[in-house]
Amino acid sequence: MQKVVIIGATSAIAESTARLYAARGAQLFLVARNVMRLKDMAEDLRVRGAADVFHAPLDVNDVQDHAHLLEQIWTSLGHVDVLLVAHGTLPDQAQCEASVELALKEFATNGTSTIALVTAVVPRFEAQQKGVIAVISSVAGDRGRQSNYLYGSAKAAITAFSSGLRQRLAKVGVNVLTIKPGFVDTPMTRGFKKGALWAKPDTVAKGIVRAADRGRSVVYLPGFWLLIMLIIRHIPEFVFKRIKL
Amino acid sequence: MSKIGESWGRYPNANQTVVVLTNRHADLPAATGSVLPYGNGRSYGDSCLNDGGTLLHARPMDRFIRFDTQTGVLECEAGVLFSEILDLVVPQGWFLPVTPGTKFVTVGGAIANDVHGKNHHKAGTFGQHVLEFELLRSDGSRRICSPQQHPEWFAATIGGLGLTGLVTRATIQLRRVAGPWMSAEVYRFHNLREFFQLSQASDRDYEYTVAWIDCASQGKALGRGIFTRANHAPAHPDRRPHAPSRRVRVPVTSPVSLINPLSLRAFNTLYYHRQRESVSHLTMHFEPHFYPLDGIGDWNRIYGPRGFMQYQCVVPPSVSLDCMETLVKTIAASGEGSFLAVLKQFGDITSPGMLSFPRPGTTLALDFPNRGPGTLALLDRLDDIVGAAGGAVYPAKDARMPARYFKQYFPAWESFSHYIDPKFSSSLWRRVSE
Repeated sequence: MQKVVIIGATSAIAESTARLYAARGAQLFLVARNVMRLKDMAEDLRVRGAADVFHAPLDVNDVQDHAHLLEQIWTSLGHVDVLLVAHGTLPDQAQCEASVELALKEFATNGTSTIALVTAVVPRFEAQQKGVIAVISSVAGDRGRQSNYLYGSAKAAITAFSSGLRQRLAKVGVNVLTIKPGFVDTPMTRGFKKGALWAKPDTVAKGIVRAADRGRSVVYLPGFWLLIMLIIRHIPEFVFKRIKL
Repeated sequence: MSKIGESWGRYPNANQTVVVLTNRHADLPAATGSVLPYGNGRSYGDSCLNDGGTLLHARPMDRFIRFDTQTGVLECEAGVLFSEILDLVVPQGWFLPVTPGTKFVTVGGAIANDVHGKNHHKAGTFGQHVLEFELLRSDGSRRICSPQQHPEWFAATIGGLGLTGLVTRATIQLRRVAGPWMSAEVYRFHNLREFFQLSQASDRDYEYTVAWIDCASQGKALGRGIFTRANHAPAHPDRRPHAPSRRVRVPVTSPVSLINPLSLRAFNTLYYHRQRESVSHLTMHFEPHFYPLDGIGDWNRIYGPRGFMQYQCVVPPSVSLDCMETLVKTIAASGEGSFLAVLKQFGDITSPGMLSFPRPGTTLALDFPNRGPGTLALLDRLDDIVGAAGGAVYPAKDARMPARYFKQYFPAWESFSHYIDPKFSSSLWRRVSE
């Protein structure tokens, strides 16, 4: 039986992923801010086949609470096969340009809170010498673009952090998976006009589970984003400066 | 997927604000103008539209709440699809008590339209198997409704077209099955009289009966068709359940309707003759048996940008043979034809809803590409036949029935109207209650 922990469990991608693990009969530990939504989700996942569902509330920006939470998780589950770090927001770029305070807060939510939590959890994975730490970064972290570089820079931090950690933990049998979703049709992106590039949360969730199963290092979801980002990364600066993206 | 804010017939067009609901504990969102719950957009006409107002998109409220594998009692949020229920319960030996011809309907939509299926003569409507639901009104009140508790709200909401408030969650009673298999028998019949004989001979021993009729043929071939009767089969442990097959989709809306008199006649003739023997027995998976069209995503696109109209009526038993003959003759003579003409005998189980459509008699469901005034005129002629016979037309499939006929078909409409939430309305309701 797989033991799966999801941070930011009530996000659309995380919930779809949790359902896939529940259908396999996994044991789940859900973490998010809203207790009511955690309870609803736990009921749902039990019906869908989860062997057991634990949950605890946490605001990821309350870094001092991380250690206690991790203690609770390991006490409940014994060990962890998959830790999925999925929390995040989609900050308004223009507002982040107008307010230093907001910019730093959003950077914390999308970047440093993950660095804090994962740093704290690493010794436990080192001790168990197995498992997957899967972190949701974003294609936005591959190159800062004027339309959302605050979010992009936080995700770039996650990408670089998880890359280094992967190299380190590979030696003890722990896999670090960096997940880079493209546009996903979720409540977080409700205000956007949707086109052909948009994926359903369920599609992304299937990609996450497959990548975790197969011990992949970096995945773009859906896969065609690998190509799109390859092109975007290679646009020379003198061109990049003149276009809007 | 149909576009949010569109109905399955893609006619008529409506402009409305869409508000997404994800939390069943929350109050209804504030909206200017009227609101209407919207599930998965499988109603054909304008019963799921609210032109000029707001749609409460309830499909994302899709969580299960509890499932008792011993008793088959399932509680879930109103946005859960029948397909999701089947995925969960069939491997555990349970099945939907009643299902319409698509599994892509939400539980809330099934309640609001009090849907029926091929087992109506045995099981009645879906509402018959709803143990209770929670009704949230715009004044913030929540009522648990069941046949015992708030029975008047229960009766108003089942088949109540989403107008009495928002159903947030519901508890339904499933039925036992041994596995996913059906054993079916398929008969070819030459005319409507033979259909009635077959149906009568089958209703006692077969849980599911339905017929397809050829609506393009006239003269001697008038009313010929194919009759299917089936039961859930015993377990076939040696047969591997189908792997979920990759669905094909109609990728784009055809610029013109692909359904025209020529293609209709060809299709109907081929379909009628597709089996060589006049009787065949088969064991089949429940998916193709119940949901033949669900295998083709967005099939409504073949009707082109103007969409199509469904027409489903029921006529009382005493006049059903004559009336069906008149209807089929009128359709065949019009050349409008229908590609999916479905005929079924309803049983005499009383429907639980004030506005429920199913009632004793024979029901005929047809679809017509929208060719404008000609199509509308034909449907008006059909209304005259159904109205004179004392029958009724199904609101979930309607985009055009005149108010006077609606009021005749559903005499409870006036007492029902007292249960409508003052903030709720729909395009259909404004049209038929004027």
